Amino acid sequence: MSLLTINGVTKQFVTRGEGVLAPKATFTAVDNVSFEVELGETLAIVGESGSGKSTTARIAARLLEPTSGTVEFDGQDVTRATGKDLARFRNNVQVVFQDPFSSLNPRYTIERIVTAPLTYQGIAPKGGRRAFAQELMERVGLNPDHCQRYPAQFSGGQAQRIGIARALAVNPKLVICDEAVSALDVSIQAQVLKLLMRLQRESGFSYIFIAHDLAVVRQISQRVAVMNKGKIVELGSRDQIFSDPQDEYTKTLLAAVPRINPEWDRRRRSLGRAREAS
Amino acid sequence: MTADLFVVEDLTVTLPTGRGPVDVVKNVSFTVGRDDTLGIVGESGSGKSMTALAVLGLLPRGAETSGSIRLEGKELLGRSERELQSIRGNAISMVFQDPLSSLNPYYTVGLQIEEMYRAHRGGSRRDARKVAIEALERVHIPDAGRRIDHYPHQFSGGQRQRIMIAMALCCSPSLLIADEPTTALDVTVQAQILELMAELQSTTGTGMIFITHDLAVISSIAKRVLVMCAGDPVEYGTAEQVFSDPHHDYTRTLLDAVPRIDDEVAS
Amino acid sequence: MTRYVIGRLGGVVVILLAVCLFTYLIFFKLSPDPAVMICGKTCTPERIDSIRDVLGLNQPILTQFWEFLQGIFAGRDYGSVHCSAPCLGYSFQTNESVWSMITARLPVSITVAVGAAVLWLLAGVIGGLISAIKQGTWWDRTAMALALGGVSVPNYVLALVLQFVLVVKLQVLPFPSAPAFADNPLLWFESYIMPWTVLAVGYACLYARLTRANVIDTLQENYFRTARAKGLSRSLVLRRHALRPALTPITTIFGMDFAGLLGGALITETVFGLNGIGKMAADSIAKNDQPVIMAVTLLAAFFVVIGNVVVDLVYTTLDPRVRVTSS
Repeated sequence: MSLLTINGVTKQFVTRGEGVLAPKATFTAVDNVSFEVELGETLAIVGESGSGKSTTARIAARLLEPTSGTVEFDGQDVTRATGKDLARFRNNVQVVFQDPFSSLNPRYTIERIVTAPLTYQGIAPKGGRRAFAQELMERVGLNPDHCQRYPAQFSGGQAQRIGIARALAVNPKLVICDEAVSALDVSIQAQVLKLLMRLQRESGFSYIFIAHDLAVVRQISQRVAVMNKGKIVELGSRDQIFSDPQDEYTKTLLAAVPRINPEWDRRRRSLGRAREAS
Repeated sequence: MTADLFVVEDLTVTLPTGRGPVDVVKNVSFTVGRDDTLGIVGESGSGKSMTALAVLGLLPRGAETSGSIRLEGKELLGRSERELQSIRGNAISMVFQDPLSSLNPYYTVGLQIEEMYRAHRGGSRRDARKVAIEALERVHIPDAGRRIDHYPHQFSGGQRQRIMIAMALCCSPSLLIADEPTTALDVTVQAQILELMAELQSTTGTGMIFITHDLAVISSIAKRVLVMCAGDPVEYGTAEQVFSDPHHDYTRTLLDAVPRIDDEVAS
Repeated sequence: MTRYVIGRLGGVVVILLAVCLFTYLIFFKLSPDPAVMICGKTCTPERIDSIRDVLGLNQPILTQFWEFLQGIFAGRDYGSVHCSAPCLGYSFQTNESVWSMITARLPVSITVAVGAAVLWLLAGVIGGLISAIKQGTWWDRTAMALALGGVSVPNYVLALVLQFVLVVKLQVLPFPSAPAFADNPLLWFESYIMPWTVLAVGYACLYARLTRANVIDTLQENYFRTARAKGLSRSLVLRRHALRPALTPITTIFGMDFAGLLGGALITETVFGLNGIGKMAADSIAKNDQPVIMAVTLLAAFFVVIGNVVVDLVYTTLDPRVRVTSS
């Protein structure tokens, strides 16, 4: 049994045509999408803007209700879950968003932010909130003494670590990362990716990793779903998608990714190794 | 390559902040030749965009600059606002990151190209319109004669950036500064825009400064590279040298951090 | 576009009918019996009955309302007197036709509103623009402090002070008398200059602050930076790429403010003794002259509702992003 099963999910939005006064129209953001996530794996969903990847993530996180189709978690249909069932779901599924600062309340201390999921669930952490927050801070590589600070006192990479710590507070089985490293500088991005992978090794939860950057996806995922215009055009193992893509769109997407001149790159590596050896 | 089309020497930019003046660009020097592309790469806060704005005299109020910026031997620093106006868009033009917010939503793209052409070349509106249509055709906007009367929001993201490029090139500048021109675009659109820029450069011979945080993009478009970190120029050389034998530790760290799509995944 | 306009006008009719019914119920049912009001001090029950009969007060309220509506569009009869459309009834105080009272006074209110609007737009927009460009300088701080003060000064205080200083003390202006423009242009101007100023000050201060805030926002826009990078002249950059985007949202507010003023500037007209709709409203309320109160309320509602539609239509032509595409 899969941890999460998305079954034939479609999401339509009622929009207006060009200009506010034009007649109403429906726009299908996600079109009959199905996939499963196993416990402990990372499934990446890649696509360009407007591909429906973020809407899919929101449906999987039950932040949006699908127009049709079902979302099953741990064998239970949670598509229309409310009350206790929804609370239990939220206890197991957490989200890390793209912009670390806008998803952290600027007036709350870090301690309050990272323990908020517990507060909402009415759980009192063992050993008190302070100790719990400090432990979380340590797990994501932040100085535990800084848990009385406010979000504005942290850099973008640190703020994203706080967002990750908050997601981990309830010990989730699934963490959905919606463009979680897209806003970060490349060196910070590499660190946060490493952190995400380490946390998964330590705790064994699953990721749904939403991203537009194929190179990043290649670092972190085991399976990849490629979305285009609301549909999954190809879903396969990472190695299959990157070395033997079947779908035309996947091929176009891969071909478009800018690459560092491979010959230069090889030479740099061998020079680097030579330097290390000497 | 004539190395003296555009020369920056010891450029330092100081911005006033709440905690006193801060040097956001420190002693930066580089040259750009005709038909040459210099890539300036760095992470946020590296001073790469400030360098570009300093060239056009568009720095925030209170900013101070020192050093020398010369275009075809003529000093640009210390020029009056009026003199700078005749240089901006004419001898040196600029393309920005977000094409939607960089175009004025209240005017047709035609008017926005025409007003620039007429500011530098004068002439009638009809002549300017002809130039604008030609400029749009050069960047492969289909049906340019009709699309010229459309507003920015009626174009796709990639088309908007094409329009920005068309506008930047309509006065045949000798230097084009592109500040993260493909960062806001999807990867397939980015590939098209990069191709377009390379194509236009080969036909016009415009010198180009391409600013980005993306090393892979730099590798595919720049002939020479300047790496900046916290306002300091840390490495400056040909693209081949910087990418295959970087001298500075920061450059090496940066190159190691870039996720690869082709070779084996480093773990 | 045509469909949109027709739809909006349909909405207007519904809103005006609702306003009509509501005001009708409030003024005719909740206030003292009009028949008693009209009848005066020496009154017999028979006379009251006959007045009731003529006014149709014995009929059910909805029938009365229907007749009132009919009067507006088709005219109605009060006993032997025919009141031709548009009929808003007769004043209880003067027996004058309410419609002719309005047509006589509306030009005064329009003159007041238009003059004030021109003044406040000029002063507000220019002041706000200069403040925005010179942001943080002594000019900006002084102007904005004055603007804050100006918004806070009540109309009637300013009106009385101006009148006292200019008319009584310095005697540079005559007491306002609202003559026709054609008869004596100078006197006309001198009569209106104080009311215009008094009305304009508050709005001008408000608009200066709005303009300043909007222009400062626009100066941060990427397209403003683009305009500068294109090498356009400073005046073109400001006019085309700062002022136009900054002023477009202000037109919405202006439309509503101006429409509100057309319904009469109650305090200003009363203080300066100008015989406009505002003074008519004040007088009728003081004397509980119900047909007149009803009429001025409807008139104000009419201007506001129509103003709203006009603003929306104008906005679609000013901002291309909300423009209706005809394809």
